Amino acid sequence: MFSLAVFFQSFGPLFWAARYTLLISVLGIGLGIVIGTLICAARLSPYPQLRSFAGIWVSFLRGVPLLVQLLVFYYALPVIGLDVPAMVAAVVVVGICASAYISEIWRGAIAALPKGQAEAADAIGMTPVDVWTRVILPQAVALSLPALINELILLVKASSLVSVVGILEITRASQAQAATTFRPLEVYIAAACIYLLINLCLAALGRYIEHRTNV
Amino acid sequence: MLAASSVEMRKVNKYYGKFQALKDVDLSIPPGKVTCLIGPSGSGKSTLLRCINFLEEYDSGEVRIDGQLIGYDAPNKKMSGRKLREMRRSIGIVFQQFNLWPHMTAKENVAEGLIRVRRMSKADADRRASEALAKVGLADKFASHPSRLSGGQQQRVAIARAIAMEPKLMLFDEPTSALDPELVGEVLSVMRTLADEGMTMVVVTHEMGFAAHVADQVGFMEKGELIDIGSPDRILHRPQDARIQSFLRTYHERNSF
Ligand SMILES: Nc1ncnc2c1ncn2[C@@H]1O[C@H](COP(=O)(O)OP(=O)(O)OP(=O)(O)O)[C@@H](O)[C@H]1O
Ligand SMILES: [Mg+2]
Repeated sequence: MFSLAVFFQSFGPLFWAARYTLLISVLGIGLGIVIGTLICAARLSPYPQLRSFAGIWVSFLRGVPLLVQLLVFYYALPVIGLDVPAMVAAVVVVGICASAYISEIWRGAIAALPKGQAEAADAIGMTPVDVWTRVILPQAVALSLPALINELILLVKASSLVSVVGILEITRASQAQAATTFRPLEVYIAAACIYLLINLCLAALGRYIEHRTNV
Repeated sequence: MLAASSVEMRKVNKYYGKFQALKDVDLSIPPGKVTCLIGPSGSGKSTLLRCINFLEEYDSGEVRIDGQLIGYDAPNKKMSGRKLREMRRSIGIVFQQFNLWPHMTAKENVAEGLIRVRRMSKADADRRASEALAKVGLADKFASHPSRLSGGQQQRVAIARAIAMEPKLMLFDEPTSALDPELVGEVLSVMRTLADEGMTMVVVTHEMGFAAHVADQVGFMEKGELIDIGSPDRILHRPQDARIQSFLRTYHERNSF
């Protein structure tokens, strides 16, 4: 029999664990935006070495599963003598992984702008810095927001993988809960509900932003 | 009277890879006059126009604005970005697709260059932008984003954006080709006003009426060459060259349904 009591009781500890899920996702996307912007700038730069470095960065990170990246990073650190808290390691790996996708999101948005946008600015004598900051980036950012929200949703789900390095986020917490209650089904359905709730909110935010930038 | 620039092009050649888009083009554009360029699609009209403000980099020859070479300090030695920007400040361009910045209002579109390039204060730039928009008949549209404006209104904002910079030369690349027929007149009439004020204008157009009535000289291009240039009457009504005759015949057939 399905125990509603266990189902509802699970929400308390799982909500508590959700702060790690959110922390890792939000810090991860923040770091991903910073690194992704640099990688994108490198990809669009006139310097061939920078361009190929960025190209390799993107294909490597997109080609290796996040779980494997996490494990490699986590076990590689002690080997090179670094003692980093699991939380920091998780945010760094999630951020680096996200940077590859975010760099591609920027690149796509910039490429989607008509060439005439920058030309109109060049033609009146604007400097390259002004062309980028006043004309290209504001539009690219607005165009990218829905894709960035989508990336955040992916990160919320992907953050369940950091349970392997011992962080008590939603998935790890529900494993512990399932072990003590012997009611895995109820607990995991509760976990699913929490993930769903978070992501529905994010999706609504995404739609709101998309609607606002359309007008 | 405005200060008006002249343009001299000498033996200008332009390649896209192996394809030669401009072939030894010689063209003199006198100050304060309107020069229209006509010719079939792909003949190099846009390329020629865009070489004048170096949006398109010509490969050899010379393009001089008021005697000053644009784009190069010497053959094969590119001009610095700063010097090129300096020269571009006095050359306005209006594109077929308007190229307004969609994230800015009409007034912001016009004020942007005044603030960033002319280093005006926001208040002065706003005042100048309002004047420029009023001049093109858009005094009631300051706060509208381009997506809320008709094509004709968008193109007039684009003209306001250019003239607010007080250019001495205006380039127009098929400014009415993207417009519904009933909106063409409002844009042409703004251009006619500019011409009457003595602005040097180079206009790539398919509007033969405008070329016939407003132009001081009309040039005909085909396959990257400037085949002939002369008075509107001579080029449009008494063309000598068979290629011009055939182009005009096609044009008239198409426009007399
Ligand atoms: N960026 C480019 N790369 C390669 N070829 C180009 C490029 N731009 C233009 N061309 C070619 O150069 C030729 C001249 O083009 P251009 O745009 O100047 O013609 P046009 O006379 O303005 O034609 P239209 O009336 O269609 O605007 C065309 O054959 C075109 O295909
Ligand atoms: Mg053209």
